[in-house]
Amino acid sequence: MTSAPVLLELHNLACERDERILFSQLNTRFYAGQAVQVLGPNGSGKTTLLRILAGVSREYQGEILFKGELINKVNWEFASELLYLGHLPGVKKSLTPLENLRWYAALQGAVSDAQLLAALEQVNLAGYEDTPCFQLSAGQLRRVALARLEFSKASIWILDEPFTALDKAGIAKLENRLIAHASAGGLVLVTSHQDIRFPQLQTLDLQDFAENSTVGENAHG
Amino acid sequence: MAKSPSLFGATFRRDLLLAFRHKGEMINPLVFFLIAISLIPLGIGPEKALLMRIAPGILWVMALLATLLSLDNLFRSDFDDGTLEQLLISPHPLYLSVLAKVLAYWLATGLPLTLLSPVLGGMLSLPSGAFIALCSSLLIGSAAMSLIGAVGAALTVGLRKGGLLISLIVMPLYVPILIFGASAVTEAARGNPFDVQLAVLGAILAIALLLAPLATAGALRVSVNG
Repeated sequence: MTSAPVLLELHNLACERDERILFSQLNTRFYAGQAVQVLGPNGSGKTTLLRILAGVSREYQGEILFKGELINKVNWEFASELLYLGHLPGVKKSLTPLENLRWYAALQGAVSDAQLLAALEQVNLAGYEDTPCFQLSAGQLRRVALARLEFSKASIWILDEPFTALDKAGIAKLENRLIAHASAGGLVLVTSHQDIRFPQLQTLDLQDFAENSTVGENAHG
Repeated sequence: MAKSPSLFGATFRRDLLLAFRHKGEMINPLVFFLIAISLIPLGIGPEKALLMRIAPGILWVMALLATLLSLDNLFRSDFDDGTLEQLLISPHPLYLSVLAKVLAYWLATGLPLTLLSPVLGGMLSLPSGAFIALCSSLLIGSAAMSLIGAVGAALTVGLRKGGLLISLIVMPLYVPILIFGASAVTEAARGNPFDVQLAVLGAILAIALLLAPLATAGALRVSVNG
């Protein structure tokens, strides 16, 4: 495992929200081929950490290195290697699944419609490609978002609660997808309140880095 | 990269498609423009000379208000469904994506407003010699107003009730556009040249084109961060 290249490296990462330190002194490395579940109770900063790593939020102290370089210096390279799925699915309800995916395809470069249709078939949405998304159920909406994984060329997947609203078969399928991505040399960072367990899954417990105190006048600058 | 379809084109096409799926939102400002202008002669009487004198100002003020009416929707739905954060973290320059969104927005609101304006000008007995001035000033002016309005919309998208705040932020910046736009139409109605006013409007549009998407991009990052 240690011989695998380091994709992401966190140095003394800390984040504070409303005078409360969510986590601090967070030092860790994520290697290619890893699948990591970020653990912690509600409000412990799981989503915040993933948003920081994805570049959505920039309110943090410390350093994030991508392949050994600070992420703000290699923004373009990092962003092209990244797939982020927040707990908002990022699906336009008045568009059809296929139209939604076409936009995502443009985000990352040439993907043919045939590939997009195959991706929809992979998430069991074949036959729904021309149905407006507002007619789909919550689980199906989630699947539209998850179809992005099928044609993604990104190596780092950051998924916030991807299992929400999925049925049992969908959860199993997604687990297999994550395993396949990790064993193909990708990195998966995931949060979930569901019990997901597969042998390769590693965990990062945010409670290990939590501060129980509030921010003092001069503590932790 | 060379072969990939650009995000600019994809975003532009998607937003136009969305505009046509939500025809109600698109027609709203137009209906407001139509109703407000057609009520004016009813309110102040059909006296031709008076209507002719106030027509340029009324047309421009109503066009401005109609633009303000629809601004709030520019980034709202993207923010609510999470596509805005996807846009922010994409490797593509946010400047271009913002420009694509504003262009689609302008085509769906500013352009129809401009096309409708000569009809309403006729209703206010604006001399037909001023129609070209009216259309060209509104064409340039509404584009500039869309670009500037995008900054306000981006700043307030994170707030639940941003509608009023947008007006407060954006209105002072609209004042020069209103003054020069209405003045172009007034001069044209008197039979005078109006190219100076159009040149100033063009300059405002050029500056807005350069700076407003940058400010919008920055404001979007702040709004999504919070």
